[in-house]
Amino acid sequence: MRLWIAFAAGSLLVLGHLSLAGNIYAQRTLLNVSYDPTRELYQAFNAAFARYWKAKTGESVSIKQSHGGSGSQARAVIDGLEADVVTLALAPDIDAIAAKGLIHADWQKRLPENSSPYTSTIVFLVRKGNSKGICNWDDLVKPGISVITPNPKTSGGARWNYLGAWGYALSKTSKNESKAKDFVTALYKNVPVLDSGARGSTTTFVERGIGDVLISWENEAFLAVNELGKDKFEIVVPSMSILAEPPVTIVDKVVDKRGTRAVAQAYLEYLYTTEGQEIAAKNSYRPRSVAIAKKYGKNFAQVKLFTIDEVFGGWGKIQKAHFDDGGVFDQIYQPK
Amino acid sequence: MLRALRRHRVLPGFGLTLGFSVFYLSLIVLIPLGAAFLKTFTMSWDHFWTTVTSARALASYRLSLGASMIAAATNTIMGLIVAWVLVRYEFAGKRILDALVDLPFALPTAVAGITLTAMFAGNGWLGSYFESLGVKVAFTRIGVVVALTFIGLPFVVRTLEPLLQDLDPEIEEAAATLGANRWQSWTRVIFPELLPALLTGFALAFARAIGEYGSVVFISGNMPMRTEITPLMIMTKLAQFDYAGATALAIAMLAMSFALLFLINLLQWWSRARYA
Repeated sequence: MRLWIAFAAGSLLVLGHLSLAGNIYAQRTLLNVSYDPTRELYQAFNAAFARYWKAKTGESVSIKQSHGGSGSQARAVIDGLEADVVTLALAPDIDAIAAKGLIHADWQKRLPENSSPYTSTIVFLVRKGNSKGICNWDDLVKPGISVITPNPKTSGGARWNYLGAWGYALSKTSKNESKAKDFVTALYKNVPVLDSGARGSTTTFVERGIGDVLISWENEAFLAVNELGKDKFEIVVPSMSILAEPPVTIVDKVVDKRGTRAVAQAYLEYLYTTEGQEIAAKNSYRPRSVAIAKKYGKNFAQVKLFTIDEVFGGWGKIQKAHFDDGGVFDQIYQPK
Repeated sequence: MLRALRRHRVLPGFGLTLGFSVFYLSLIVLIPLGAAFLKTFTMSWDHFWTTVTSARALASYRLSLGASMIAAATNTIMGLIVAWVLVRYEFAGKRILDALVDLPFALPTAVAGITLTAMFAGNGWLGSYFESLGVKVAFTRIGVVVALTFIGLPFVVRTLEPLLQDLDPEIEEAAATLGANRWQSWTRVIFPELLPALLTGFALAFARAIGEYGSVVFISGNMPMRTEITPLMIMTKLAQFDYAGATALAIAMLAMSFALLFLINLLQWWSRARYA
């Protein structure tokens, strides 16, 4: 009995210390829950922001990053992961968090440019020499071409890939939905492995040597080429592609609870400053700032970009028609 | 009734330990499972039924159950041989071999998955060999079986070992003196002794394989209708915020696993009754 009391008292003491410690340090840490390929971007950006914040307020802040498939990251936040800010691959994932009341419903209007401080697009990565002669979306549906792309149900990047193909097919067939569906079906018939996230697909293509072409975020393709050698892979830019706008926002419930709203807000706004934009550009994300875009212009291929709203009329419609259970993506794999 | 039960206990402490066991099992097993059931009750019956009987779900059950069966059966045979060698013979490096058996227990399954995929992919050193024979392992159903076989091996070996150790060689000698040849003493004397443990090992390896996620998703390729295991479908549903759909599949899987494990238990009971 005495042992029990000692044990209970001991654990209470430890718990007390932990919660105290939590309060002391709460001001100084931020958790940024992000999607798969932004690791390198936020490593560089976090260091820059910490310097800026220290110079401005004298307070040192350490930012933790968490990465994974965009959808599962959103789910983790819904399930209680205490993210101060979320920087995800697509707006619907943040909408899902907002639907649970953790974020204000009008979050996308709180920051400039639809809350997307940087953009990206979808390009192809092929093996050096491009022996299969892949230069546009049409080449991906040819028989015998093996295409690597992740599962759009679990990966944000994969949805942009899918919609890029769909948008291209629509414009080519003068908006014929059923021909576009045939096109995308033929493309996915050429996919031998569906990884759950963008980084997984990059690994499959790069390390396992599977596939002739990887459909990829532009920044991820640059990373693969720069890290693994220009002698192994090359980037192919299709004639047109989709403008991907990965959004960012603060998680209201969490920052109010932890008292980190000011620093979280400053963190996201810093993404829009010259330095933030420059870090984005250096990590192969397309900056919003015209001046920075000009400075790094030669890094980004000129390509005709279409947006979600122009071609599809917004995420709500896309989700319902394409990715919900029984939607177009499921139909591709349904036995006829 | 209770009083009657109590009177017959020779060992003290039955009430307390039983109470504790029930409490502990509830806390660790029943309450989480109950929560999963409750979550599905947010669906209508029709919705539940269409979710768990969709073509993709059915294909994933077939793969999950089928591959787990094959893997567990392989492990039962191979595990028996490994356990036999480890118990019956003395040789250099036996301890190391013995420790190796536990490795699949200890290794994070993701590590196992990545390693197996790297080995069996078309450019891996085993994969390239198989591919020259025209067999693709990684990103096919064979890959799923390979991963499940890997993680299931220790269950069979560790279940059989103590039994083999207790199996006195004198019994075999007795069989031999009574005129049994080697084959007869194996099939009539040793095998019946081992059968219940073999079934237990099989059941454990099978149950482990059905629930396995980490190693399989790397090697399977995750293609709907072909190489998508049920746990992956559950994760996919979760990633789309479809909690009810995910738990519905989980319940279906749970029901099937429970039925199969129950069947194996019946078999075990039957084999004990028959050979005891």
